[in-house]
Amino acid sequence: MTTPENEGRKDTPDTMVGTVPGDGPVLPDAKRNPSIATRERRDTAYTPSGETPYLVVQDLTVQFPTADGLVSAVNGLSYAVPLGRTLAIVGESGSGKSVSSMAVMGLHDRKRTKISGSIQLGGDEIVGMPENELMKVRGDAVAMVFQDPQSSLHPLYTVGNQISEAYRVHHKVSKDVAKKRALEMLDLVGIPNPIRRFKQYPHEFSGGMRQRAMIAMGLVNDPKLVIADEPTTALDVTVQAQILDLLNNLQKEFGSAIVLITHDLGVVAEMADDVLVMYAGRCVEYGTAEDVLARPRMPYTWGLLESIPTVSAASEKLRPIKGLPPSLLSLPGGCSFNPRCPYTDRVKGERCTTDLPELLPVDGAGAHTSRCHLHDKASIYEAEVAPRLG
Amino acid sequence: MLYFVARRLVSALSVVLVTLIATFALFFIAPTDPAGAICGDRNCTQERYNEIKQNLHLDKPKVQQFAEYTAGIFVGRDFETSGVVQHCSAPCLGFSFKNDRPVTQMLADRLPVTVSLVAGYAVIVLTIGVYVGSMAAKRRGTFGDRALMTSTLVVSSVPYYIVALMIALYLTILYPILPRGGWTPPSESVGKWFLGLLTPWLVLGIYSCTSYARYSRGSMVETLSEDFIRTARAKGLSDRVVTYKHALRSGLIPVITIFGLDVAGSLAGAIFTERIFDLPGLGVLVLDSLNNYDLPVIMGTVLVASVILVVMNFLVDIAYSIIDPRVRLA
Amino acid sequence: MSKTVRNADAASAGSSSATPLLQVRDLKMHFPIKEAAGLGRTRKVVQAVDGVSFDLQRGGSLGLVGESGCGKSTTGRMITRLLTPTAGQILFKGTDIAQLKERELRPFRRELQIVFQDPYSSLNPRQTVSNIISTPLRVHNLVKKGKELERVQELLERVGLNPEHHNRYPNEFSGGQRQRIGIARALAVEPEVIIADEPVSALDVSIQAQVMNLLEDLRRDLGIAFVFIAHDLGVVRHFCDQVAVMYLGKIVEQGPREQIYSAPQHPYTQALLSAAPDLGTIRGVPPKERIRLVGDVPSPIDPPSGCRFRTRCWKAEDICATQEPPLMTQAQSGPGHTAACHFAEPKIDLTAATA
Repeated sequence: MTTPENEGRKDTPDTMVGTVPGDGPVLPDAKRNPSIATRERRDTAYTPSGETPYLVVQDLTVQFPTADGLVSAVNGLSYAVPLGRTLAIVGESGSGKSVSSMAVMGLHDRKRTKISGSIQLGGDEIVGMPENELMKVRGDAVAMVFQDPQSSLHPLYTVGNQISEAYRVHHKVSKDVAKKRALEMLDLVGIPNPIRRFKQYPHEFSGGMRQRAMIAMGLVNDPKLVIADEPTTALDVTVQAQILDLLNNLQKEFGSAIVLITHDLGVVAEMADDVLVMYAGRCVEYGTAEDVLARPRMPYTWGLLESIPTVSAASEKLRPIKGLPPSLLSLPGGCSFNPRCPYTDRVKGERCTTDLPELLPVDGAGAHTSRCHLHDKASIYEAEVAPRLG
Repeated sequence: MLYFVARRLVSALSVVLVTLIATFALFFIAPTDPAGAICGDRNCTQERYNEIKQNLHLDKPKVQQFAEYTAGIFVGRDFETSGVVQHCSAPCLGFSFKNDRPVTQMLADRLPVTVSLVAGYAVIVLTIGVYVGSMAAKRRGTFGDRALMTSTLVVSSVPYYIVALMIALYLTILYPILPRGGWTPPSESVGKWFLGLLTPWLVLGIYSCTSYARYSRGSMVETLSEDFIRTARAKGLSDRVVTYKHALRSGLIPVITIFGLDVAGSLAGAIFTERIFDLPGLGVLVLDSLNNYDLPVIMGTVLVASVILVVMNFLVDIAYSIIDPRVRLA
Repeated sequence: MSKTVRNADAASAGSSSATPLLQVRDLKMHFPIKEAAGLGRTRKVVQAVDGVSFDLQRGGSLGLVGESGCGKSTTGRMITRLLTPTAGQILFKGTDIAQLKERELRPFRRELQIVFQDPYSSLNPRQTVSNIISTPLRVHNLVKKGKELERVQELLERVGLNPEHHNRYPNEFSGGQRQRIGIARALAVEPEVIIADEPVSALDVSIQAQVMNLLEDLRRDLGIAFVFIAHDLGVVRHFCDQVAVMYLGKIVEQGPREQIYSAPQHPYTQALLSAAPDLGTIRGVPPKERIRLVGDVPSPIDPPSGCRFRTRCWKAEDICATQEPPLMTQAQSGPGHTAACHFAEPKIDLTAATA
């Protein structure tokens, strides 16, 4: 396999230098080993931290046939999450972040979805698992917390009923035992007066309380993996902070793995150990939270960081990413991000528009990977992007 | 919950009272001539006309007439025809001089027929219709779903009386696969009652199932795409529980609204079914009374029909509040 | 930078010579509701907005921040008179428009425009973009017959859309583009004030920044004043010279941006700032002090006595339940900075000093 990186390298020698104040030394952009490109089918322990993972997703592709053709919502996605760690999947709408997690839960309609690749949950393969076995996994080993607790809880059943139902699906116990468990969970997630709350309907709960109830329902079976899909997007800031604290504390207590799907990089910074950035169905950058947020190596990630007005930033003009995300039906050739990328002219030739860059280690060998043809990503970031971020 | 029921009851009763006044106004205050109608066109002499007017107190002030009519409903009243005094007991809705019987009795004869018919109909649409619709919703987009929906459209585009007439003609008379329609009171023989109603039930029920399947399919398709259905599946519940416990409960709400009005309507006038299958129900009674210009009967039926409508609405409200706890707040 | 400072100063000096473009005085919106109680119903009142006052200078921008249910959107709707206030004054160029009848209101409608949060539901799906934008032009007789298309295309170009697309329908545009259409519609009538009600919160991050920059350009180039309603403190900090923090229908703190963000006085403002997730933590900036409020916002039907924030406040004492603190200049506040708290005290370490 020829690596495009090496061709570009001849013309522009490595010029990576220096440190950034407060950031510690930046790893030099080491000589890349061409053989690393054969990493596509690497074995399980593929996490930025190097721990043994509980969830291993490899080369996952999710496609939906539509009237206009086959849409690849997720394309060749690989990641892994060990117990006790939080992976944040970041991306904008249509990037495939939710679709990929629905696949982990096996929630896609089989008749309308083509899934390939592998999703291993504690060693069990989810892709192709028959529905009746999948049902035993859903809600038990892996649970999901959804974005909008207002619409995600059944409006016509009491909150208590819904939580005990979740427990009784996976435990052959009497209603009383399940109720006891549900009350315990309500208490655990910080809902005052569980006995009264148990009998109430979702509309009698406030937004924050509803999300707590949702979390109680997700955790009732002590899942090893929790997928939280934009868990705080529908909530107010002060309530969001409460819920994020709650998730953090529960994770410390139960040691479960969390996949956090979000578009909010602030939430990522507060919650995540590892970060995966998705764009147009593909992973474009993957690494520890520190790597991705403090030493990002992909122009899309840079663009995201530059787009956010933060509470502590000086108020200069924002630098948004130009243009719009591409339609999944007609992805641009080469790198999907190339029409919006301000750095394509720094790559020799037309490679950005002709070759899809591979997801390669940014420093030649480490676990921090990115998908970009630029060969001096580190120096561009430190010299041009970082100063703008302040 | 109790307060909710009580509040609804109060409002239902007030609607009945308004209907009573409106009905009375329609027939007695409007420029109609009840006495002339009763007297008939041909051998109506001036004396007989005046006598009828007197006997019916049509010469009294309207308010008194209304008071007497209303009082009749609660305590009964006496009518005098050709010197004979007829007593019309407690829920008295007037007296049919044409048939020489109190209206209440005539309605009481017919009501069981119509109620039997509509009850069977209700069972069929609520089970088969809703079930078929839910199945189609679950399998939406498949060949089965499309075939089913197309066939329901075809069936409901043929007028009901044609379908009913054809079935009566071909399947009960020419090729008697199904029993012929007819009325036997269940007190006499439950078997005969059932057999006589079977064909009308099936015809009316299955014909309406086509619309109910479509309503419930639409409502279920919407419900099945709700977030809380995804939550239910994420809990590990089976497809069956998700569809028939979680989805059906909210999917039923719009269907119930239609059902309540529909049943009330059918009670007051399943005219075609009754005529075609030879059932002496309320619909046929109304038809006959209209032909004879038998005012007291028409008025009585209108009143009963509106009470039924109000009662059904009340029941639908209660059903709502059982299904949807949010309604109880309103 | 210097421009914003100047604006801030002008706005804060309420008593200075320049009369503000818009003065809101003690604005109230009480929605009557009926609640089932026993056999009958009881009438109650939702105090959605309960006595809000602020000034908006020509070309200035005021941010209304708060959590859901604090009354910020209701305030916006009253200013544009989509709602008629229960009480209070809305002085626009000296005329009180709070209780004007529809006909008298007509000329003011042109000058006060609103941009809504949801670009999907706020555009009529059955009208072309051209129609959507030119309707207000026709209603207010702003353009000669036959010149409408020209003006529409000019507006589309102004908001960064392709003028050739004037004949398309809203569903052919993405969320960010629809929001631009909404902005073009508001711009069509050359307003002096735009009320932007969460204009970017339904948009993706990268698109959000595009729309923010567009609004900023409009403000700079056309001198339009903005009332910017948002829950995102970052967005408000970026866009507004003046900030008013609302809680349960009242303004609890108000002042120039720099003071609100760097030296907030009211405990609620402090909690809001502390709760906003910040990227700084990962970049080695020491984590800011965490203030975590307990519980939820109380119901506006039956708000707490005295200070409305006291039920969630860690500083609350007896006086807070009995005496409502007025919105006033506090001992350590800078010019034009007011807070409604018995125990107001600036806290300076909440926003990491990355700048």
